[in-house]
Amino acid sequence: MEFDSFSAFIAMGGHGPYVWACYGVFFVLLSAVMIWSVQSQKAVIEACRRVYETQGAESSGKVSHASATFKRVNVSND
Amino acid sequence: MWKIFHKLGSPKWFFGIATRLMPWFLVLGVGLLMVGIVWGLAFAPRDYLQGNSYRIIFIHVPTAFLAQSAYIMMASAGLVTLVWRMKLADVFVRAVAPVGLVLTFLALFTGAVWGKPTWGTWWVWDARLTSMLILLFLYGGVIALDRAISDEKLAARAVAVLLLVGVVNIPIIKYSVDWWNTLHQTATFTLTQRPTMPAEMWVPLLLSVLGLYLLFGWLACLRMQTEILRREHRTRWVKEFVMAGRG
Repeated sequence: MEFDSFSAFIAMGGHGPYVWACYGVFFVLLSAVMIWSVQSQKAVIEACRRVYETQGAESSGKVSHASATFKRVNVSND
Repeated sequence: MWKIFHKLGSPKWFFGIATRLMPWFLVLGVGLLMVGIVWGLAFAPRDYLQGNSYRIIFIHVPTAFLAQSAYIMMASAGLVTLVWRMKLADVFVRAVAPVGLVLTFLALFTGAVWGKPTWGTWWVWDARLTSMLILLFLYGGVIALDRAISDEKLAARAVAVLLLVGVVNIPIIKYSVDWWNTLHQTATFTLTQRPTMPAEMWVPLLLSVLGLYLLFGWLACLRMQTEILRREHRTRWVKEFVMAGRG
């Protein structure tokens, strides 16, 4: 250990605010990117699943179809 | 040779490999980064000239290093996009660009905060700092250009050209500290010489660089997978993958 006490470690010989500001921003941004990336993958998987389930319901005849050729496009509102 | 090349271009194949690699990248990356940072913050000796402010180096160098590596990787992928039209190359560029932007910002931010107690100023318009700021704008430009063009293939080619033009900035960043008079100190690590700092300083630095590299690998795999799922959602294998995970 390079420091005598915990408070000396926090103070960093007067450079504490600079050092801790850097490490703080580094950890916040890095974890933000990591969490954001995990969540966007989950969102894409969820969106795919919804599309497949609608398609599955349509092809198995659960959704009534008009025999017209104009196909309605389902737009999700959320 | 061509077979491997072909395989590498297959999104499905990459998806499987990435799934297997990612836990290693994440665990080793977080582990090495933590060891490097704790060692650097609490156990490495203080610098006789800069005092404790130099401890910022343990995140400044890794982020700056990776910001430039990521750009070189993206530009290489851009070349592959232009020459071979390989799908995965463009997927990589799209997935990694925002990560590169954040890393460049972190390198600039930690550098500015380190500059205040060391040089007495947050910012100077010298060669190293300015060329690094240009790198930040290049990342921003790549992301903006990619979003501005709705045609996916056209966007990929336009972005690849921008990436290749921007490569000229990388040697400028690298050699700026040797070519011009600058406040910035010269490189810590070179391939030909031993670092001038004592081992108790450069070993933790090397660990945190490696750790951030692995974390970058994890982020790249994860984000590429997301992009692949988004692009290939009409294929049968993506449908099977998504529906199998319903549990």
